[in-house]
Amino acid sequence: MSPVSMSPVADRRTPPLGGFNLTLLRIELRRLLRNRRTVVFTLLLPAGLALTLGGQSGWEQPVGEGNVGAYILISMAMYGAALTAASVGSMVALERSVGWSRQLRLTPLNPVAYILTKAVVALTMGALAIVTVNIIGKVQGKADMPVSVWVTAMVVTLFCTLTFAALGVFVGYVVPGENAMQILGPGLALLSFLGGLFIPLSQYAPVVRHLAYWTPMYGVSEITRAPLTHELPWYALVNAIAWFLVFIAGAAWRMSKDTARV
Amino acid sequence: MSVVTPARTTAPATSAVRLDAVTKSFGHVEAVRGIDLDLAQGEVVAFLGPNGAGKTTTIDMVLGLSRPTTGTAQVLGRTPRDAVAHGLVSAVMQTGGLLKDMTVRETVEYTASLFADTMPVDEALRDAGIEAIAGRKVGKCSGGEQQRLRFAMALLPDPALLLLDEPTTGMDVEGRRTFWNAVRADAERGRTVMFATHYLEEADQYADRIVLIANGRIVADGTGSEIRALAAGRTVRASVTGFGAETEARLRAIDGVDAVDVRGEQILVHTTESDAVARFLLTETAARDLEITSKNLEEAFLSLTGEDQ
Repeated sequence: MSPVSMSPVADRRTPPLGGFNLTLLRIELRRLLRNRRTVVFTLLLPAGLALTLGGQSGWEQPVGEGNVGAYILISMAMYGAALTAASVGSMVALERSVGWSRQLRLTPLNPVAYILTKAVVALTMGALAIVTVNIIGKVQGKADMPVSVWVTAMVVTLFCTLTFAALGVFVGYVVPGENAMQILGPGLALLSFLGGLFIPLSQYAPVVRHLAYWTPMYGVSEITRAPLTHELPWYALVNAIAWFLVFIAGAAWRMSKDTARV
Repeated sequence: MSVVTPARTTAPATSAVRLDAVTKSFGHVEAVRGIDLDLAQGEVVAFLGPNGAGKTTTIDMVLGLSRPTTGTAQVLGRTPRDAVAHGLVSAVMQTGGLLKDMTVRETVEYTASLFADTMPVDEALRDAGIEAIAGRKVGKCSGGEQQRLRFAMALLPDPALLLLDEPTTGMDVEGRRTFWNAVRADAERGRTVMFATHYLEEADQYADRIVLIANGRIVADGTGSEIRALAAGRTVRASVTGFGAETEARLRAIDGVDAVDVRGEQILVHTTESDAVARFLLTETAARDLEITSKNLEEAFLSLTGEDQ
């Protein structure tokens, strides 16, 4: 046994950055990539959707700086990333329900650093989903848009996923345990239909379209496709920002409600 | 389990734990109704009490997991949260607190990465005797293995204060003995240990001091034998030839005597001052075969916490 020489009580330090570090990120990511459910949501589902929907008739029609194929590709990347981020977000509540958050409260890890870690993990997994969908799209060869649009759309999509990470945290707290994804999966699909991610809103009846403007997927889907379409109604921007704030507030509210037995 | 060199202590005057008039209410429910507690560094203290007595609520406040409604809690002269942030206090919880899909090693690595000063992960695994199962998923570990993992995590920062909530639940007799020997060895090197337990014998055997808590208050505080004496005193039994009314009156007049039972030559005296009674019987009467027995801790516990009513 090598004797450990520890600093005296008075000299003890606190960790930098509230405990945020790369070991945490590495272990968190490794856990997710080992998880069959996450891999299906992150890689297989969006890739499959991109393959099937990307080839529908009319893909070669022009849209903005590219074609319909590119339009669908961007939408599918958004869907995949949102699903992934929501799934990562819902794990926060799951970890809390098994007492892991309480365990972490017995370490110097700052709650803000914990949430930051989860956000970085959600973004990384979201990026993985986006890249996967885009590689599939590239291989399929139907999407056509300038490289700059391609890259810009991917980056914008990545930032929009944060909204759904917050939604995941929120829903995870409201619906305990592993059931959160059973709600988030179909729920996000419904929101995607309503928000014009799967079918353009112009094809809906006016009533549905006006309802759609108020749903959470509408704003982000317009924003992610803006680099391609060069169209961004002001209310889409307001929608995206408002829903982001609503989900962040909801998640923060549920988490703070829950401090009795952390 | 542990061979860590525990933290050298600061000035001996600094209490490991100091609670001043601490109360905690949840809505209208008063879980803790005013607790004063001062633990010196290096003490091994058992926190004993029935379910709902306020043990866990008090431990939560010492760990900074919740704040006292009134009063103050201090750990090693700091606020509880500050003590946790500096790695000065750790805890081993009874259940949960682990992620099933992480491996044993990942769990220890994850925890170690959060402390500014920590012992090496390999060493922590070896000390806890879980080196061989380091690659195993936590969900596939037995209850005892998970408990050893929690212990390894708690010792990573070499805490000056270690809190254990029902630490040996799910351990077999041998595991329990090994565990306590490790804890005792640790305490001898200066680590303060406070544990909540339902095993009364465990409190009696392994703690220097027992703090008995019932209905949110401390009802007794002392060594195991003091607690027993406090609860119902001791019974002094002797055979006395020619025990008369006058002797009985003198016996009853001794401080602390609360019952005298005469059965022929057999005299039974219930008292909190067994020494005085024994001295009287042996010097002033013809008593022989004198015997002093105390209630066991279980009986003491029940009578102090009012559970027997």
